[in-house]
Amino acid sequence: MIDFRLGPNDEKLLQATREEALVARKYARYYDENEHEFPPDELPEATDLQPALARMNIGRTAEDSSIPVLGMLISMGQTWGDYSVRLRRQKGGLGNAALQASGTPEQKQRWGGETLAMAITEPGCGSDPSKVQCSAVLDEKTNEWVINGEKIFVTTGCRATGVVVWATVDKRAGRAGIKSFLIPKGTPGFVVAHKEKKLGIRADDTAAYVFQDCRIPRDHLLGGDEKVAKQGSGGFRGVMKTFNMTRPAVAAIGLGIAEAALDFTRGELEKAGVLVEYGGGLAGTSAPAAKFLQLEALFEASKLTVMRAAWLAGEGKPNNMESSVSKAHAGSAVRAITQGCIEILGPMGISRDHLLEKWLRDCRITDIYEGTGQIQRLIMARELLGYGRDELK
Amino acid sequence: MISFGLTEEQEVVREAMRDFAAQQLRPIARECDEASKISDAFLDQAWELGLTSTQLPESVGGGGEARSPITNALVLEELAHGDATLAIAAVVPSLFANSIVDQGSEAQKQELLPLFCGPKYHAASLAVIEPSPLFDAGQLRTQAESKGDRFVLSGVKSFVPMGGRASHFLVIASRDGAPDAFVVPRDAEGLTITAGEKNLGLRALETSTLELARVEVPASARLGGAAGCNVRRLLDGSRAALASVMVGLSRAVLEYCVPYAKEREAFDEAIARKQAIAFCLAEMHMEVEASRWLAWKAASELERGLDATRSAHLARSYAAEKSLWIADNGIQVLGGHGFIREHPVEMWFRNARTLGVLEGTVAL
Repeated sequence: MIDFRLGPNDEKLLQATREEALVARKYARYYDENEHEFPPDELPEATDLQPALARMNIGRTAEDSSIPVLGMLISMGQTWGDYSVRLRRQKGGLGNAALQASGTPEQKQRWGGETLAMAITEPGCGSDPSKVQCSAVLDEKTNEWVINGEKIFVTTGCRATGVVVWATVDKRAGRAGIKSFLIPKGTPGFVVAHKEKKLGIRADDTAAYVFQDCRIPRDHLLGGDEKVAKQGSGGFRGVMKTFNMTRPAVAAIGLGIAEAALDFTRGELEKAGVLVEYGGGLAGTSAPAAKFLQLEALFEASKLTVMRAAWLAGEGKPNNMESSVSKAHAGSAVRAITQGCIEILGPMGISRDHLLEKWLRDCRITDIYEGTGQIQRLIMARELLGYGRDELK
Repeated sequence: MISFGLTEEQEVVREAMRDFAAQQLRPIARECDEASKISDAFLDQAWELGLTSTQLPESVGGGGEARSPITNALVLEELAHGDATLAIAAVVPSLFANSIVDQGSEAQKQELLPLFCGPKYHAASLAVIEPSPLFDAGQLRTQAESKGDRFVLSGVKSFVPMGGRASHFLVIASRDGAPDAFVVPRDAEGLTITAGEKNLGLRALETSTLELARVEVPASARLGGAAGCNVRRLLDGSRAALASVMVGLSRAVLEYCVPYAKEREAFDEAIARKQAIAFCLAEMHMEVEASRWLAWKAASELERGLDATRSAHLARSYAAEKSLWIADNGIQVLGGHGFIREHPVEMWFRNARTLGVLEGTVAL
């Protein structure tokens, strides 16, 4: 039955998430301006507040939303406080999701406790990961893989204890030649070259890696399957599967920031005597209020596309198209919303005395990582038109 | 619990409406538009779907089914996918009847609702819009003054759908500065109905202009008893419904463009294989989806008796903006053919532009 109300436990959890988020927000400016520092694993206030996330499964009733939907709402609630700073840092990274999706039982057992980053992007390839140059060569004598290459934009790259690296075992095989490898920090030949300096999400841990004759045991191949298929590749698809929930999650993360911008702007408008009312006509609505309403509609629309993709996941239904819809929609929505809020508030919007200018910078990544807006449009268009990747490039 | 799940019954209704729209609405849409007229045969056929009567109480001869704004949203999207004009024409009587069910007195229900339980299309319509620039349903020029135990209505109403056929009008007028609603029969003294307005779009809707020259109605003609009519609630419902009509129209444009773009070639390949076209189609799809969920959210709040003013406003304004963008770009995808009346896209563009300015006043 179509319903958009939150259940009683949904409400409680989101409220607790927002409480934590507001604590995190107090530290937002500091870590934005001190890019070289990382926020601590726990903020000093953490001891006073029960972790909201731990309560996700407690006291849930039939009236509450499914876990994927709730997960999106919680992500939004967290980034509404701040993108990078958390009351308590969650363990795990993108690489852990890949491990769960494609790892063998033994690998899950061995690596499950690690914080695994995911290294795909290279200086010369981003949106087209089939062109990775980082190579893995099997040394049959020692039963080791030898990894060589460079990786950039590695999320959680500095703090991670290990990484899942995309490398090719056969450059001529293209996508089919790409495999994922588990590499722990401290392995000789694996160097964290630097922490990236960014427009926004500055407190976030984004690293660049270099692998130089880095040797890892043979069983560090994710999924354990060494066969290089001639056509298609279970390995590649396996890793791509990871993205069906991460696309809406990235959308949700961006929308949390956009919501913070909207809430701030609405509050400032009210202080200035501009009320945002629904249902009024053109003549009776001031220009700033009209602009705000447009942005609010955009936000609401975008949020619902995220809810849709997550709801499908909760139902166990395919959501490839919907994931891209949410990612593409939110990607452009958060840009328009934060830019528009600054437009509405004028000089106040650009002042670093407030967080709005930071939210503009922070949310800009939404339309880039985890598949750019253009890549999402490619995915949607192919599905819509019934085209394969060779028919629409 | 956030859920996008349809009930089995809703799935069935949606399928049935999709078929009906494809078989009965789409094929005659162009000829109705050109003639600015809808045949009785179509209206009677649509009437047999029971869109109006099944949701009326059994005591007046209706089907006694609970009114469901969610089901109505699904129905409207499907019908409007066939043709927005014909979809609205089919449900115009519902908007009048539902207003009576929602806020009418027992006497009004007994008198008016049986009219909609017969075997043939029966028109009654809402008169909200006024032919003035910057029209705002919250600030009406049409006035209702008290005169003893009667009300006197003065003003001009326009874009009254199916006005030429309507037996009654629900006239929204300002009483002491706030909007209120009055039932006015077509033969009321002082009421002049001019049928056949000429508009950009929704041409076949047979809209009329009503001139109210001191039309007197008894106090009992007002909706909502002593407190007066809650016009806002009425408009919330109409705005949510209008959003679903726009979603249906938008989807029609998209689904027309997709096969066209795959068939049409330029520079030795289908234009759909070019990112300029493919991305445009992807964005259309994205916005059809986003608009639909907003419409559903508003409908689901209405269904549960919640205050839906915010969500209805956001749904209507977003769908209005996006449906116009989609129809406009639909023309662009078809190029010169988009401009030619042999294809329906130019008609959908005109309809989208028209729907967008109704500001909920074609209160469905």
